[in-house]
Amino acid sequence: MVDTSVSLSGLVLDNPIIPASGTFGYGYEYAELYDINCLGSFSFKGTTREARFGNPTPRIAECPAGMINSVGLQNPGVEKVISEELPKLKECFSKKVIANVGGFSLDEYAETCQMLESQEQVGLLEVNISCPNVHNGGMSFGTDPKMAAEVTKRVKAVTTKPIYIKLSPNVTDIVEIAKACEDAGADGISMINTLLGMRIDLKTKKPIIANKMGGFSGSAILPVALRMVYQVYDAVKIPIIGMGGVSTAKDVIEMMLAGATAVQIGAANLINPFVCKEIIEQLPEEMTKYNINSLSEIIGGAH
Amino acid sequence: MKQEIFVIKSQEKIAKDVFKMVLSGNTNDITAPGQFVNIKLDGFYLRRPISVCDYDKNELTLIYKTVGEGTAAMSKYENGTELDVLTGLGNGYDTSLSGEKPLLLGGGVGVPPLYNLCKKLVAEGKKPTVILGFNSADDVFYENEFKALGAVVYVTTADGSYGIKGFVTDAMSDLDYSFFYTCGPEPMLKAIYNVSKTSGQLSFEERMGCGFGACMGCSCKTKYGNKRICKDGPVLIKEEIIW
Repeated sequence: MVDTSVSLSGLVLDNPIIPASGTFGYGYEYAELYDINCLGSFSFKGTTREARFGNPTPRIAECPAGMINSVGLQNPGVEKVISEELPKLKECFSKKVIANVGGFSLDEYAETCQMLESQEQVGLLEVNISCPNVHNGGMSFGTDPKMAAEVTKRVKAVTTKPIYIKLSPNVTDIVEIAKACEDAGADGISMINTLLGMRIDLKTKKPIIANKMGGFSGSAILPVALRMVYQVYDAVKIPIIGMGGVSTAKDVIEMMLAGATAVQIGAANLINPFVCKEIIEQLPEEMTKYNINSLSEIIGGAH
Repeated sequence: MKQEIFVIKSQEKIAKDVFKMVLSGNTNDITAPGQFVNIKLDGFYLRRPISVCDYDKNELTLIYKTVGEGTAAMSKYENGTELDVLTGLGNGYDTSLSGEKPLLLGGGVGVPPLYNLCKKLVAEGKKPTVILGFNSADDVFYENEFKALGAVVYVTTADGSYGIKGFVTDAMSDLDYSFFYTCGPEPMLKAIYNVSKTSGQLSFEERMGCGFGACMGCSCKTKYGNKRICKDGPVLIKEEIIW
């Protein structure tokens, strides 16, 4: 019997598989398809203090081995998430959920996290300082080590739950930012968000995405994500939730060898809504094939 | 929604760049005309959402236009090819709203989802009138199929090379109808919205990520709140639409 369990700052997961924020809604669309309690956890749709409609459409463009999205943090706002989405989720998911929080100011990040602090369903806060699809916020906090540290300090001050900072790959040196978050008290790092990308429609000769640019994700970005997780693992002591292009059990093992304690699956859910369940079912077989008894023992094994 | 494997039974070109594909497989999850399926194609990352033209228990008919590389590749698939399909997506049309004399208006590849709708309306004893709009004579398809269902059918072409010259709205002004159903390019939907004398249901198109409501890639604002074209649509009621 192989052991797939891992621990994120005291939050023990049956397995490291976590659907990534923005690809799994608040869970119940998928709960209609399979029992989502098989998941390690899942990261719910990026939530902000106020409700947001997001960006104009088209928000989606296909790419070779991936896709661009420019949703722009559409969400009902933290109050409705607490009053409507979490109670609905409770009916189909008995484990702790990861609350993904977006923001446009330090105050907003802190207030949203503070409101989620009292929610016992929330096991961990994933603070998104890396959304490429919103202006005057989002990614701007994640491209400057000082700002990243400031956000970390502010949210740490208002919550006792573990804080994982979700980092952007759209920076010169992601290691420097990860270290700044660790020094500021982050309990972990979540990485990577999408890569800023673009597609142009040859018929209209204009960008396909209404917002012109968007976040590129999908299998194509796996090597970039692996490299960055590997680099950050070398530089920090706190756990890493690794993501970026993961779509198979083999990819999960590779990501953990690079240094991830848990692994998020994003775009792959949109193509195959059953992918997380399938990966969880395939993991023991893949572990046996590669002589792995316990997944937690292989974290950072490639170093 | 269900994930099912369908097998291509036949495929034929029925108009310029327009293909009719008949698939065999389990259609249990399709519950209303106007719903769509989302097809995985080898070598392409995103699935291709295609509206359901017709279905019975074990057979699915799709009509699609080769608008890009994915649909072009699909049009070359041989009979017997297995396809990974998510079925029963979207809300579809509501036939209970139709009244006695519904008017169906389709533009180009917006025509196919009206076929099963027309079939259902006829089966319910309604008297549908159908207006099919195309750019040119080369583009026209399914006129006879709709006639065979017993509907009164008008065809319009923008260049006048077949049927009535003009747009579907040019053919609807003198008609008497109890409700309308439409699917087609957005300028056509808007024109119908503006001249229609009754309520109606309009089916919209948008670039989609997942097709089942998870990614928020195809959201739109309506008078009844934010909706996802893939899950809360693609069919919206006239009264809720914000252009």
